[in-house]
This record gives sequence, structure tokens and C-alpha cells, in this order.
Amino acid sequence: MSKSGISNRRTPYLLLLPGIGFLFTFFVWPIANLAQTSTQTPVTGGDTGSYEQTLRWRNYIDAFVENKEQFGRSFLYAALATILALAIAYPLAYAIAFKAGKFKNILLVLVVAPFFTSFLLRTIAWKQILGEQGFVVPTLRSLHIIAPSTTLTSSAFAVVAGMTYNFLPFMTLPLYASIDRIDPRTLEASGDLYANGFTTFRKVTFPLSLPGVVAGTLLTFIPAAGDYVNAAILGSPQTKMIGNVIESRFFKIVDYPTAAALSFTLMAAILVLVTVYIRKAGTEELV
Amino acid sequence: MAEKSSIHGDLRLVNLTKTYGDFTAVNDLSLTIPEGSFFALLGPSGCGKTTTLRMVAGLEEPTNGQIFLGDTDITFTKPYQRPINTVFQNYALFPHLSIFENIAFGLRRRGIKDVKEQVEKALELVELSHLASRKPTQLSGGQQQRIALARAIVNRPALLLLDEPLGALDLKLRRQMQIELKWIQKEVGLTFVHVTHDQEEAMTMADTIAVMNEGEIEQLGSPADLYDNPKTAFVANFLGQSNLIKGTISGNDGDNHIVDLFGQKISLAKNRSHAVDNSIYAGIRPEKFRISRLETPTSGNILTGGKIEDVSYIGVSTQYQVLMPWGQEVMIFEQNDDAVAPFSVGENVNISWESGFTFALRGDEDAEAGMEVEPEETIDDDE
Amino acid sequence: MRKVSRWFQRNLIRIYALVAFTYLLIPVAYTVVFSFNDGGKSNLIWKGFTFANWLNPCGAPEVCTALGNSIKIGLLATTFATILGTMIAFAIGRHKFRGRSSTNLLIFLPMATPEIVLGASLLSLFLTLKINPGFWPTVIAHIMFCMSFVVVTVKARIASLDPRLEQAAMDLYANEVETFRRVTLPLVAPGIAAAALLAFSLSFDDFIITNFNSGTMTTFPKFIYVSAARGIPPQANVIGSSMFIIALVIVILGQVVGRKRAVK
Repeated sequence: MSKSGISNRRTPYLLLLPGIGFLFTFFVWPIANLAQTSTQTPVTGGDTGSYEQTLRWRNYIDAFVENKEQFGRSFLYAALATILALAIAYPLAYAIAFKAGKFKNILLVLVVAPFFTSFLLRTIAWKQILGEQGFVVPTLRSLHIIAPSTTLTSSAFAVVAGMTYNFLPFMTLPLYASIDRIDPRTLEASGDLYANGFTTFRKVTFPLSLPGVVAGTLLTFIPAAGDYVNAAILGSPQTKMIGNVIESRFFKIVDYPTAAALSFTLMAAILVLVTVYIRKAGTEELV
Repeated sequence: MAEKSSIHGDLRLVNLTKTYGDFTAVNDLSLTIPEGSFFALLGPSGCGKTTTLRMVAGLEEPTNGQIFLGDTDITFTKPYQRPINTVFQNYALFPHLSIFENIAFGLRRRGIKDVKEQVEKALELVELSHLASRKPTQLSGGQQQRIALARAIVNRPALLLLDEPLGALDLKLRRQMQIELKWIQKEVGLTFVHVTHDQEEAMTMADTIAVMNEGEIEQLGSPADLYDNPKTAFVANFLGQSNLIKGTISGNDGDNHIVDLFGQKISLAKNRSHAVDNSIYAGIRPEKFRISRLETPTSGNILTGGKIEDVSYIGVSTQYQVLMPWGQEVMIFEQNDDAVAPFSVGENVNISWESGFTFALRGDEDAEAGMEVEPEETIDDDE
Repeated sequence: MRKVSRWFQRNLIRIYALVAFTYLLIPVAYTVVFSFNDGGKSNLIWKGFTFANWLNPCGAPEVCTALGNSIKIGLLATTFATILGTMIAFAIGRHKFRGRSSTNLLIFLPMATPEIVLGASLLSLFLTLKINPGFWPTVIAHIMFCMSFVVVTVKARIASLDPRLEQAAMDLYANEVETFRRVTLPLVAPGIAAAALLAFSLSFDDFIITNFNSGTMTTFPKFIYVSAARGIPPQANVIGSSMFIIALVIVILGQVVGRKRAVK
């Protein structure tokens, strides 16, 4: 933009002020406040839910040690759901980008379509489809594919499947966006230069779609790691994730410091993982 | 807005300079463009021509110097305060507005209520009246180009700037548009300033050409002046092709210098020499040469001892590369219009030309200046 | 046999896409089908076809109160998030200023923070400030997490805008304000509309952050979550299906209008 043009020194700051001010008040301040809460201890002799600042850093260690299983499970489930979603979404995005022809736009709408029904309704729909009263379990039992005592819901399988399902559009859209940008002539050139289908994919298609892979995996992994709805609806007490713990600490036990410490640990862990991942993947084209 | 139309007259650039950090895009440029002329700024990518144009349009602020339109200093006025319109590279038509509204845009902003008649006239001028209700994306490149022109001309600016306006068109359409643009300029009588890297385009259309290189003007003049009597090696090579042969002025003969080219004597009109001392480059355009077999008598300047190295037949003419005794290859274009049998590779020949066609450059010049630049590239030299 | 296997190979990816779409749309189909179930309050087992639920979508207690709250919150959050986010997007996309990269980071962080942390941290702030969770705290929370998505969407649109169009407008006697109103804004508008749609759907469908900050107020997702234990009334399926159909119609209309404009 030219200097004599629209640009005025003060304009950008005036444009930023309300929004950034809002983010500072309702994002940065709460996070800082959460950090502050995380080192508090109960007021001796006080009511439930009243805490004072004692800078007790052990809260973190206690919270982590007590819930390390749920932490591990959160990251394991999130990673599994991310990998599954990538495996399902990549061919799908590829098919839409290269094989759909004039149906491209309709198929894209269909990918987004599930978004428009409440995700809770869809998750509960899965629970009912795969539940005891649905038609899937009795059919599989009568065909002796699963044992009469096996259930599909209330299991780790169901939780991971539910997360995979719910975050699939988040994976598919960025993948589609970057696969669609690939010039099909580069794939033909690769074939012309003696690469077979698999080599072309490994050496040309996949590297070119990497920004989409990075964006998609992040958009799936981050919400999945913090999710507790899938575990609550499709899981059992044995599949509790860290989100479930934070939720119950806040609402049922009113143990704010532990909930805060857990939230903070979760956020820190995710940020570290994300940073390392972005460095490794070598792309900063995120936002 | 009455005061706008009252600003008119010659465009004067005075000591205009634009730097970006360490890079000097335009260096102390002074230039007067007379009212009503068709003026071309010609030069390779990055020579500063587009930056100059953008400063005139008001889209860049000069680091130094002034811009006058008539007697009015417009150096720091906003683009919308100048009676100057631009035909942008790639046209910059507003995609969300119809062709009619695109053309009416400037009129409406100037507060003119009844735009219909003027817009229709502008559409008639570019012969696209039937497209008024279309959107820009539905037009071909050539049509978009004309709409961009109509959108600028309808405002009757004191000055119309054309930034590589034909760069995106294919060769045939470009030639046709060149002729049309020139006709339209005559028709409307506005001052056109045309920026281009295409020497043929500049020569076809402009009354006056300024050849720019590295932020400065190398030479200014009519197309014929620049071609027949270039002042610098850059101009000699950038405008068409030249054979530059190293030589020394060894004597005088009336209005002519006697020049020694590797032991052979030729003559050169004194007023066609831009050299400062005895060391020169003698320049001869390839089509001015005649090739002759050793036994054929010739007149004018003669250089002997040539040998045909390469022959390319290209229809209207044949291009020869002739190796001279001192090791230089000379490029010669021969019209395929005489009875002389074509020469073949390896033949020994003499080359000759009318002595009036010789021009001379300073002997300390870089004989290859202006050759390396790729004239067909359309890189923006905005920044 | 050869032919069959070759056909299968060639169409493998299409068959795969078909399966993937089936997987994506099964729960949607289930939701729509069960909106016609004559299943009474719990709606777990298919009991027979009826239009009754569609004729009386507010039939189940609280379902329309919850829906009304969700729509109100969605509209308010969308309006504010779109305005604030668009302003930021213009600042980042059209200006050079100090602190541009830290601004980008600040925009990115809410998207990289798990919802549960966003929800929990806001609630703990409200509790510290002795503000009771409820309608307005929920609206504020929604503005906060929708804003980043608006910024990213609008910024992408601004980045794809040819700066020469604005220069051309200024060259054609439009001053800064007119250039913005007549050229920049109309060209960025589709991006702003898309951002607003995204913001509304994010807000309308949000459960985690809402659950933390809404107190006793119900929203549509909260209503579903709470009633999940004893069975969701078919009226909820009616509302879910209607949202699906309305959104689909909006998107398809948008596409058709866009195409018409391009052809005309």
C-alpha cells in the first residue's frame, strides 16, 4: 500500500483497539487469573469453594500425579482420533479435489453438512445406533461377529470413534484446500519421470499437501485432547479423559485450584506439542 | 469539480527521485512532456519507468523533486485530486460492478449526475456498447483492456497514464490495439504517457520516446532519432539490434571523420558521433549492411575478409552471421528482394554500407549494455 | 473377472469416498428419521411414523426456551465477533504497524487453546469478579472464541484482494472513505458473510464453553446433553433437522446466486 494511500499511522491501532482490548479482558486476563488460581489453597475453616493465594506449586504435581492416567488417555485418544481422521479424510479430500468434476461443490457442502445438526445430537445418534437398542449390535451378535456380551458403546473404541467422527470435517477441509491447489500437471510430470503411483504420492502429492496435513491434524488434535463430551456420552468410567476431570473438579467437587492446575498443564502440554510439531513439519502457514 | 479541469498544460518532472532503502528506483529525473503528445517511457523491467508513472499518478510519493502539471505543483496531492487517470497493468476493473458502472465510476465520484450519455459515448469509442451490462470477468483480455481505457478516458483527464496496457494481450491483438490506441489519442486529443518495455510498441505509437535505464533517462527523442542515431550503447542495443565495432578516429575529411576499424578505413559523419575522444565504437544496424561476393564491385564503406558463419532464412529477409578477420561476428539482415543468389556458410564475402548510416559511440562504453535484458518479461517494477 | 477388478481398481477412490460420506451422514439421517418417530418422550426405539413432532416442535418442555436462548446468544455473539474481528482483519491485512506478529499470535492462541480451558478460565474470572454465570457471560465467552475465526476468514479474503483495485478507485476520484465504501467493502463482503455464518454455527453448536459460563440458563446443546440421560424428545430432532435443512438451503442458495452472478 502506498504511503499516500489509505494508510494512516493511527488507523491500524484504532481498528485493533476494541477487538484486542476484548481479547485481553476476556482471554488473556482469565488465563492469567487461572494461573493465579492454580496455586491457591483452601481457606482454613472457610466455606467450600473459598480459596486463598499461598503460591503452592505442589498443586501442579499433585494434580498431575493424581490424574496421570487421564492425561495419558487424553493424548492417546486424541492422537488415535487424529491419525484415524487423517486416514479417512485424505483419500476423501483427494477424491473431491481430483475426481469429483462438476460435483465438487456439492460434495464440499456434504462434508460440512453434519456441522449443521448439533454435534451433541449426532454423538447421541451414534450412541443409539451402536447401543443395545440399535440395530447394529443385535445384527453383529446374531451373525456371531461379536460375542453376546460385547458392547460397542461404553468403551474406548466408541470414544475414539466418536471423536474421529466429530472432528472429521476439521480434517477434511484444510486437506482439501491444499490438495486442490496442487497442479495436476506436476503429478503427470512425476509419472513422466518414471515415478509409479505410490512414489508419486510419497514424493510429490504428499509433500505438496503438507500445509493441509499440518492444519488438519492441529484442528483435530487440539480440540480432541481437551474434549470430554465424547467420553461422557460414549465412554465409561474407565475411559475418562482429562476434560472430564477438569469439568467435575469445577462443578462437582468445587476444587478450583486443582481444576486450574490441570487446565494449565493441559494447555502447556498442547502448546509444547504443537510448537514441536510445527517445527518438525517445517511450516508456519497456520493462520 | 471545476478547479480540477482548470489544471492542465505540460507535465514537468523536476529532479524527481525515489529511493527504497538503499535502492534508487528513479534518480534525479527531469523531463517535460508537452500537452497533447503521445509520450513513451521505454525501458527494461526495473528501470524505474513504472515508479515514475506511479509518482505522476499519485500512488507513490517522491523522495525528492517536484511534479508540475502546467503551473500547478501536484507533487503531494492525492491521486483523486489530480486530473490524471491511469490504465492499469492487468486493467484493475472492479469485479463487482458492471461494465457501465466501471466506466461511470469516476464521473459519479466527481459528482456528475447524468452519466449515461458520457458512458455510452466512451463505450462507442472503444466499440463495446453491447457489453454495458456484463461483468468484467465475462470479457476477453482485449475487451477488458478497452474498458479500462474507456473508464479512464471518459473523465477527460489532462493526462492519461498507460502502464504496460497491452502486456497481457497476445501478439496479434497487441498490434491491433497499438493502432487503435494511437487513433483514439488523436481522436480525443489528450496527453498520453505510456510505459512499456516493448520497443516496437513504443515506436509504433509514441511521438516522443524516453529510453530509461537504472532510474535515469538515457536518451529522449522521436522514434526515428533514437533508432538512427542512438547516443549510448544501451539505446543502440535495446532499440533493435546494432553491430558495434571498436575503432579509432585517425583523421578528418571535411564533415567526416576517417575511422580505422582493425586496419580498414571507413568514413563517419561528424554530427553522428557521440564520442568524446578518438576511441569509438562504430555502430551499423544489421539491415544497413550489404553482403557481396569478392568479385562484385561495391560502393560506400567496405570491410573485407568476412566469412559467412550462419544463415537463417526468415521469410521477408535472411539473417547472416559474418565472421570478420578480427574475430567479431557481425549480424546482417538482407531483404530477399534481389537477384543475388543466397550466400552459403563458409563463403568468403565483403560487407559494405552507405557511410551516412554509421553512428559512433564513446569507445569506453560497454558494447553489450542493453543486450542482456529480456524485453518480453513483465515483472512489476513497483518496488 | 479381469474387467471387474480393473473397474474396481479404477473406481476404488470413488467407492471409498462413497463409504466415507455414508459414515459422515449416517447420524444426520438417523436424527432426521427419528424426528418422525412417534416415540413419546424418550425417542429411543422406532415406534411408528408421525408428523406430530414437526407440527408442534415446542411440544417438549423447555426445548424452545433453550432454542430461543441459543439463537439470541448466537446472533449477539455473531454480530459483535464479526464487527470486532473484521476490524482486526483490516488492520492486519491492510496496514503495516509495530506489533503485527504479536497481534497474529494473540489471534491464534484462542484457537489453539482447548475449549475446556477457555471455558474454565472465563468462569474463574467471573467468579473472582463475583459475576454470576448466565446469559451475558455466555455471550461474552462466545464473542471471544468466535472472533479469532472471523479474523482468519476475513483476513484471507483481504489478502486475495488486488491492491490495484483500490488504487484504481483513488485514481478515479474516490477519496479514502469512498474507496473503502465502494470498492474494498463490497469485495470483502463475501468473506465477512462467510465469517458471520461460521461464527453463528460455532456459537449455536457450542457446548463446552457454554456449559461453564451459562449457570442455570439452558441452551439447545445444553438441553440435549442434560436430557441425554433419560432420552431426548423427538422435538429436539425436529429442531436439529430444521437447522440442517435451513443451513443447507442458505449454502446452496449462496452457491446458486454466486454462479448466476458469474454467468450474467
